[in-house]
Amino acid sequence: MTLEAVLIVAAALFSVGLYGALSQQVVVMVMMGLELMLNGVVLAAAAFWWFTAPAPSLQALLVVVLAAMTVEMAMGFAVATLLHRTSGADMTDMAGDLRG
Amino acid sequence: MDLARDIALGALGVVAVVTGALVFRVDSMARATYLLAASFVAVGASVVLLHLDYVGVVVVLMMLMEMAVMGVYMVMFMGMNPALMPMSMVHSGRRAVIAAVTCFVLLAVGILLVPWPTRTEVPTSALPSSSEATTYALGDALMGDHMLVMMVVSQVMLATIVAGIVIAQARGRYERLGDDLKGGSR
Amino acid sequence: MAEAAVVQVAAPWVLLAAVLLGALALAGSSLDGALAARAAGRPAGTGAGRPLTEVARLMRQRRRTTVAADRLLWRLATSSFVVAALLMVAVVPLGRWTLADASVGVVWFNAVDVLVWVLVWLAGWGPNAMHSLVGGYRFLAQAMAYELPLMFALTAPAVAAGSLRVGDVAAAQSAESGSGLPFVVWMPVAFVVYCIGVLAFSVRGPLSPAAGPALAGGVLGETSGLDRLLLLAGRSALLAAGAAFAVPLFLGGGSGPLLPDWAWVLVKTAALLAVLVVVRRRLPDVRPDRFLALGWTVLLPAALLQLLVVAVVVVGRS
Repeated sequence: MTLEAVLIVAAALFSVGLYGALSQQVVVMVMMGLELMLNGVVLAAAAFWWFTAPAPSLQALLVVVLAAMTVEMAMGFAVATLLHRTSGADMTDMAGDLRG
Repeated sequence: MDLARDIALGALGVVAVVTGALVFRVDSMARATYLLAASFVAVGASVVLLHLDYVGVVVVLMMLMEMAVMGVYMVMFMGMNPALMPMSMVHSGRRAVIAAVTCFVLLAVGILLVPWPTRTEVPTSALPSSSEATTYALGDALMGDHMLVMMVVSQVMLATIVAGIVIAQARGRYERLGDDLKGGSR
Repeated sequence: MAEAAVVQVAAPWVLLAAVLLGALALAGSSLDGALAARAAGRPAGTGAGRPLTEVARLMRQRRRTTVAADRLLWRLATSSFVVAALLMVAVVPLGRWTLADASVGVVWFNAVDVLVWVLVWLAGWGPNAMHSLVGGYRFLAQAMAYELPLMFALTAPAVAAGSLRVGDVAAAQSAESGSGLPFVVWMPVAFVVYCIGVLAFSVRGPLSPAAGPALAGGVLGETSGLDRLLLLAGRSALLAAGAAFAVPLFLGGGSGPLLPDWAWVLVKTAALLAVLVVVRRRLPDVRPDRFLALGWTVLLPAALLQLLVVAVVVVGRS
């Protein structure tokens, strides 16, 4: 039963993050939504690891998720900086066209 | 011991979800950022409780660092400050709520319906008494069977560092230091 | 990974740890005060008593606040510096005893020193004042420079000992169970980089643009009363905690002649703390952007080369 409970928590985190990523206007807030979704993925992967198969492969998966989070943040900030500099946009709606 | 762990896991789960949801409710940029950090710390602690000591502490380490940086970007890019000027900072809020709730219901139904496999016995490598064995297994996997993961991740990280700097920098070093990089046109 | 090198003691012993940490922090501050007084031409004794009179003064001082301050985050930040220092020493073995025999103690220390980033920025954000906030930003800019070299410096002893458990790292340097050679002897670069990191995260001295006089006090500028006391005590405690963590990591833990091992840990901590306090007064102030260049072009490659040397030695030995 504990596995299901932890997975439900992870699903809740994922869904709250999805809400944030879909609804927020400011680029940085959208990124916070994405981070929250990945947060749920980390929790779910850890729960799977402990409750079903404590094998090192799943730990490697967790490392990949953490790396994905880092890459998302770094590239997100870089693109946000560029968008802001070139077109003064800090909201997703302002960045509708890709001409810059 | 197991009961105490389950209670702690439940409490941390509640903290993680509540702080995570509050991120999108509070007005203050700093509070939103550090509520997200609190959510990550709660998840990191849960991961430690699930006997993944190393990964859990690394989650806390990384996310505190990222959120400290995130706070700077929040202040920099929140052009209109909802704390000064109350306004809605969401678009298509209703559709987003529907999507999120649908996603949660689907996931929850799936979680409850799928007959999850259960582990037959607690493997010795994951007993709390030998928790370094878990960390050791991770290192062993990353440097042995799963070396491809390590190689791909490290290349991607390096590419990210280079690409991030290239995209974000306003003036390259030739512009700052002159064509000969001697520091003429500073 | 065989038998535990240290014994984990019950939680109430955290009080003893707090008292020891407080005493070390106070000693460090007194030494700093004495040096400052001597530099100003006054008798050293007047400066040595300064921290205690400051404590008495701040405890009686009324709290000032600023307009539209974020009091929750501000109070949380100023009062947590002491907690962060305690979390650091929780994994440091005092001879054979430790508060938390964590299997990833070295990473734990690293995570807590990243917590300091958060605390300094929040202490700057809280009062809603310009100089404080600029101080918070400058600290983050500087943190970018010292954190990565510090991480690799922390990695070197862990690689040499083959364990992230602080007790095992100390045991690898003792004469009975290890080589008997303190790691500082063959990883001096990592030790120096580590000390620079400690000087930087204790928010004081040359590597502290966050709270310097150039910024009218920076993150300290708007604090008063108990908040200020906790912040000042916290940064002294962070320096002491950094010195204490260097003992099992680089200075051979509790190993030494004559004295019992717990006494050696305290003696080594106090000695390193004194050295750090003296050195801190001799270094010039470094601008965060200059320090960033130094960190990424000198400290980081140096730490990586040190790590390479350590890794080659470890592979060659096994």
